Amino acid sequence: MKLSYYPGCTLKNHAKNFEDSTLCSLKQLGIGVEELPRWNCCGTVFSLTTDDLIHHIAPVRNLIRAKEQNADKLFTLCAMCYNTLKRSNQRVKDNSEDLEKINDFMYREEINYQGDVQVLHLLEILQNEIKFENIAKKINKSLGGLNVASYYGCMLVRPQDIGFDDMENPSSMDDLMSTLGAQPVEFPYKTECCGAYQTVDNQDIVAERTFQILSSAQSRGAEVVAVSCPLCAFNLDQRQKKTEQNYPEFKHIPVLYFTQLLALALGCPKKSLRLDLHHIDPKPILKEKGLI
Amino acid sequence: MRINISRQKLKNPLVKKIQELSGQNLLACYQCGKCSAGCPSISQMDLLPNQVIRYAQLGFTDELINSKTIWVCASCMTCNVRCPKGINIAEIMEALRQILLRQRKEHVDLNKLSHEQLCELPPIALVSNFRKSSS
Ligand code: SF4
Ligand code: SF4
Repeated sequence: MKLSYYPGCTLKNHAKNFEDSTLCSLKQLGIGVEELPRWNCCGTVFSLTTDDLIHHIAPVRNLIRAKEQNADKLFTLCAMCYNTLKRSNQRVKDNSEDLEKINDFMYREEINYQGDVQVLHLLEILQNEIKFENIAKKINKSLGGLNVASYYGCMLVRPQDIGFDDMENPSSMDDLMSTLGAQPVEFPYKTECCGAYQTVDNQDIVAERTFQILSSAQSRGAEVVAVSCPLCAFNLDQRQKKTEQNYPEFKHIPVLYFTQLLALALGCPKKSLRLDLHHIDPKPILKEKGLI
Repeated sequence: MRINISRQKLKNPLVKKIQELSGQNLLACYQCGKCSAGCPSISQMDLLPNQVIRYAQLGFTDELINSKTIWVCASCMTCNVRCPKGINIAEIMEALRQILLRQRKEHVDLNKLSHEQLCELPPIALVSNFRKSSS
């Protein structure tokens, strides 16, 4: 199997741990990955106003790049890219007039886009195409009952026709964690918004959310929290500094990408985990569990 | 609080604009409050999501465009997926933000962010914030 990959703006810098651990994991699983050449930022958020077509250009242009590679499927790691690419794709598929205008705008592109690229998230590929039972066969180091609270956030699950999991009670990441030998931790805040981009101008709201989400996971016994979005990761990890200031009773907890735990279980070398990119160091708990 | 409803307010042209930009029928809302019950941002809102819809129905647009609420809403889509009338409340919040942004009334100014902030924040945070809070 060979997959076309769209990285997005943060995977090459702040979320290098997300990308490196994914690429190593897919290699261990025998899956080839081809990064889209000349990809551009998708814009990060799907445009919500009816007349705003210009902001669908960036996502659609990436889908044209996929077509240029003769790919009919494109996968992302970032939940926000996934949502933006998939929703814009859906919008132009459902609205031929919009699609025509967008194609006209990009008249120098050789491909006239027809809405025929399928946008997938890695978690969806692991679950439905590679399948968890096949991943189970390749496990090199079981996660030894590490208590993992999987946090899905917003963009992986909402709106309903975009998400690939149950929007109120998703389970795909938890099921992957069980496959890897971890103990999934159920908690009620797994789809609660982390405050997203408000981290730029309203840190207090993000600290409030981080406090609620992480304290809830901890109260259910979580030792780490797994995420699938670089913005959630930033808010839940880096903003623990602010959370501590605003809520003195708050206790730290490491936040990891689900792919770092996957890479660990598949026996990827430690350097692919990039455990140096975290604010709250996950190494002590991973060492305590004999995982690194 | 005393609220005066008038025919003039009801005919406020901005109401039409909100409906156009959001693609939503404001009058479909029957004020059940489910959107507000599930909204994670209410602790910092001055108007609850269901109040935003009610104010819009009645033409109280000044109160809406001056509210904190429209900038505190993070388009998390929780209200949208739960509204029993299928109203996309997040789109109505977006329309209100857009009404201001299209007049270049920025909520966040890139030039006011410190060097430290710019170094600390990942591209995904900056790009999404500017997409939502600046024109
Ligand atoms: S959930 Fe829907 S119908 Fe109920 S108050 Fe909110 S917008 Fe109105
Ligand atoms: S989209 Fe906005 S109004 Fe709706 S639940 Fe989320 S933060 Fe609240």
